[in-house]
Amino acid sequence: MSGKPRLTYCNGRGRMEPVRWLLAAAGVEFEEIFLETREQYEKLIKDGVLMFQQVPLVEIDGMKMVQTRAILSYIAGKYNLYGKDLKERALIDMYVEGITDLMQMILLFPFSPPEAKEKNLDSIKERATNRYFPVFEKVLKQHGQDFLVGNKFSWADVQLIEAILAVEEKIPAVLSGFPQLQAFKIRMSNMPTIKKFLQPGSPRKPPPDERYIETVLKIFKK
Amino acid sequence: MAGKLKLYYFDGRGKMESIRWLLAAAGVEFEEEFLETREQYEKLLQDGSLLFQQVPMVEIDGMKMVQTRAILSYIAAKYNLYGKDLKERALIDMYVGGTDDLMGFILMFPFLSAEDKEKQRAVIVQKATSRYFPAYEKVLKDHGQDFLVGNNFSWADVHLLEAILMVEEKKSDVLSGFPQLQAFKARISSIPTIKKFLEPGSQRKPVPDDKYVETVRRVLCMYYDIKAN
Repeated sequence: MSGKPRLTYCNGRGRMEPVRWLLAAAGVEFEEIFLETREQYEKLIKDGVLMFQQVPLVEIDGMKMVQTRAILSYIAGKYNLYGKDLKERALIDMYVEGITDLMQMILLFPFSPPEAKEKNLDSIKERATNRYFPVFEKVLKQHGQDFLVGNKFSWADVQLIEAILAVEEKIPAVLSGFPQLQAFKIRMSNMPTIKKFLQPGSPRKPPPDERYIETVLKIFKK
Repeated sequence: MAGKLKLYYFDGRGKMESIRWLLAAAGVEFEEEFLETREQYEKLLQDGSLLFQQVPMVEIDGMKMVQTRAILSYIAAKYNLYGKDLKERALIDMYVGGTDDLMGFILMFPFLSAEDKEKQRAVIVQKATSRYFPAYEKVLKDHGQDFLVGNNFSWADVHLLEAILMVEEKKSDVLSGFPQLQAFKARISSIPTIKKFLEPGSQRKPVPDDKYVETVRRVLCMYYDIKAN
């Protein structure tokens, strides 16, 4: 056992991508096991390693962790990306939860029927530009600091840069009108661990394609 | 204002109920403002009180907190219901994640058509008895302790009891086959703060009815059909 965290998921973004981002941002190396077949998944269930029969699964510090939020909170806590006290943690949690609601729309997008895709894309754009981005634009403008919470790099910053890039993939000009977020994006992208994660060859996964969707549906069909 | 703890939501369970449970379990008193009209909601929006334009919102310790999970985590930590270290917190977070998913199937139930309600009832019972209840039954059986995590009362216990009672409202004998959970339910229900919350006259809200659904739709202008997941 290498001591590195081990991630089990499909070979694609899905619910595991925020975990890859956070580990990478913290400078933590990890291994990955990719689910390709239903049999692999059924074996995991039979072996009793998936508490609720679901992935993501992250084996870390002797635990077989499931539930994305639990995994992310643990990593944030362990690697000092969770603020300095309860109140900073509350802010980070609020920001992360809001961003997660936006990311959820992107997560589900590839699985929506073709006739609903245009409407869903409009919804993503509407939410990003009217509900979520204005909040973080305002937070950054008001305190004028480099990071969202407590003048220190945290999980909230990682989650936000991930979301910005994911939305931009769908709506390239989405940050026009958000100068603070544009500057934030550049700043975060230049942080050494994040810069490395954004380079080719990193564990970062590409946007979901047909093959990924097929694999997910095949493995998790009810 | 220091000491004032105020909940802003509809007069019904929804996403706020878990917060009422946790505060009650911790023995913490709270006030509530119920949203009845669209105008009340728009005023909250205009005042900038709702970070993402949504409720639940809880005024606590000088903050206007939104996002149910953030609020619950803060309350759990503040009132020592979050375990003694990072690893216990990880377990609590995992367990709460599961009960949250289970209660998620019930959250939308009142908004479904009559036909979809019947289908969803079956889904709720199936998920409870084949995925979630077995997981918690095993946790309790394996360590033989009174509480889910660290031999100490925590947020995970409160959340699981809430989930059990909600599923029982859909099928009253759903715990047959889960002796550990039956004993757990009896134990946790008799903890003084929880016992008090389960008595009439507490701030616990009843099973959502048509009036509740109407209020939510009116206040949020949410008139589209909700489909089961």
